[in-house]
Amino acid sequence: MVKIEAIIRPQRMDEVKATLDELGVLGMTVTEVRGSGKQKGYTQHYRGAEYTVNLIQKIKIEIVCEDSEKDSIVNAIVKSAKTGEIGDGKIFVTPVLDIVRIRTEERGINAI
Amino acid sequence: MQSNFSPADTAWVLVSTALVLLMIPGLALFYAGMTRVKNVLNVLMQSFVALSVVSVLWFSLGYSLSFDKGSTPFIGGFNYLFLNNVNQETFTLNGTSITVPHILFMSFQMMFAIITPALISGAIIDRMKFSAYVVFIALWSLFIYSPLAHLVWGEGGYFVGKALDFAGGTVVHISSGFSALALSILLGKRKLATNEDSRPHNLPMTLLGTGLLWFGWFGFNAGSALAANGLAAHALTTTHLAAATAGLVWLLIEWLTIKKPTALGFASGAVAGLVAITPGAGFVSPLSAIIIGAIVPMISYSMIKLKNKLGYDDSLDVFAVHGCGGLWGAVATGIFATKNVNSAGIDGLLTGNSSLIINQLTSAFVAAGLGLVGTTLIYYIVKTMFKSARVPDHQEQIGLDITQHGEEGLVLDK
Repeated sequence: MVKIEAIIRPQRMDEVKATLDELGVLGMTVTEVRGSGKQKGYTQHYRGAEYTVNLIQKIKIEIVCEDSEKDSIVNAIVKSAKTGEIGDGKIFVTPVLDIVRIRTEERGINAI
Repeated sequence: MQSNFSPADTAWVLVSTALVLLMIPGLALFYAGMTRVKNVLNVLMQSFVALSVVSVLWFSLGYSLSFDKGSTPFIGGFNYLFLNNVNQETFTLNGTSITVPHILFMSFQMMFAIITPALISGAIIDRMKFSAYVVFIALWSLFIYSPLAHLVWGEGGYFVGKALDFAGGTVVHISSGFSALALSILLGKRKLATNEDSRPHNLPMTLLGTGLLWFGWFGFNAGSALAANGLAAHALTTTHLAAATAGLVWLLIEWLTIKKPTALGFASGAVAGLVAITPGAGFVSPLSAIIIGAIVPMISYSMIKLKNKLGYDDSLDVFAVHGCGGLWGAVATGIFATKNVNSAGIDGLLTGNSSLIINQLTSAFVAAGLGLVGTTLIYYIVKTMFKSARVPDHQEQIGLDITQHGEEGLVLDK
């Protein structure tokens, strides 16, 4: 079991969600996050005074799946989230030791 | 009714009074959109509370000190105390027969008295105790606004017939702008962390305020004709043209310097244009109004850049927009005024009279000086009364809505 953690542009969220729906991915957790990276910040002007926004709004999608599904899901996210410009985000894949479905107390694969 | 009573003039000044009243919520929204969400109610209240405080003062003492003929040309007397002798009859002011009821003129002027100290609040947002602010504007209204209104407009006032101020460029904007400069320096800067996000929290609110100010300013300037006549129509036109031009020029400056025309820049420009045309609205031609409106953004924008270098914290640029804009308006009136527009006016530099501009500068310096010195004195009185005029640092961090008013402006979590 792995956890796929994708940081994407907020503007691409609807497209990514549609692609994941198509793929039959049911479970995910989505949070609004802010972060910094190569994109750096951007400058805004208020009456001539500069303000640099260096923590940029992103969306984080977390999906836990079986190892065999990993590549298709990662590819689907890359395909739908990509614009080719700096700031498209990153995907992290990490192993998951255990899962518990709270309602039934099922564990492991059965709880996905 | 007396023979000179005019129903038409009275109707127009009644409407104008309501228009100027609407500028106070307009100003409140204009400022509040530029603050952070944790201080939005406090900033709104700094304008709204002036409605209550100054109205009661104006009724009891302020109007009399401003407009009654005093024993000197520098301050009014006590004949209009508690609106004694201010009734439904028409009256005469400095030899001019006023065709609306005296009590209406008093109310119209009350709206000007309310908005003037409220203008100062933009310079000191996010850090002044509400209690100290209330006492400050009360003392300011009595000891700075009333003497100045008397000097420029009052019966037998020193500058009457010498300097021109159609609707309050000197009395309202120079006085509040220079007072704002003094108070922001005396009170000190906001305690902001490095690169702390102090961006305006709601610019649509600021633009709504700008719209209300622009709308209300028609009453402020055109209403100052005190008649439903050609001069009122002229003042409305010059007012609108100056605001329109100034908004556009501010956008152009930003287009050239930072490559992006901002909404806040447009709002700032429009208000600066309205400020600059105020003293000359009923004395200068429409073309002059456009020139006045085109120049004021250059002055105010440069002043803001200079402020950022100097580092004092006139948070919402009251000095740059109202102080400097008002000063330019006073000078511009001395340049562009012509009796062709208003036979009751005085010719300016372009019409071959160089004495007006000297008097304009003198009255402007008196207003600026009174604002700077008076504000400093009142600040120390208030500081002594309340131990400190500022809220403690930890309260500043939490925000003034919770610490001063015990409520939140926008509750975002359900």
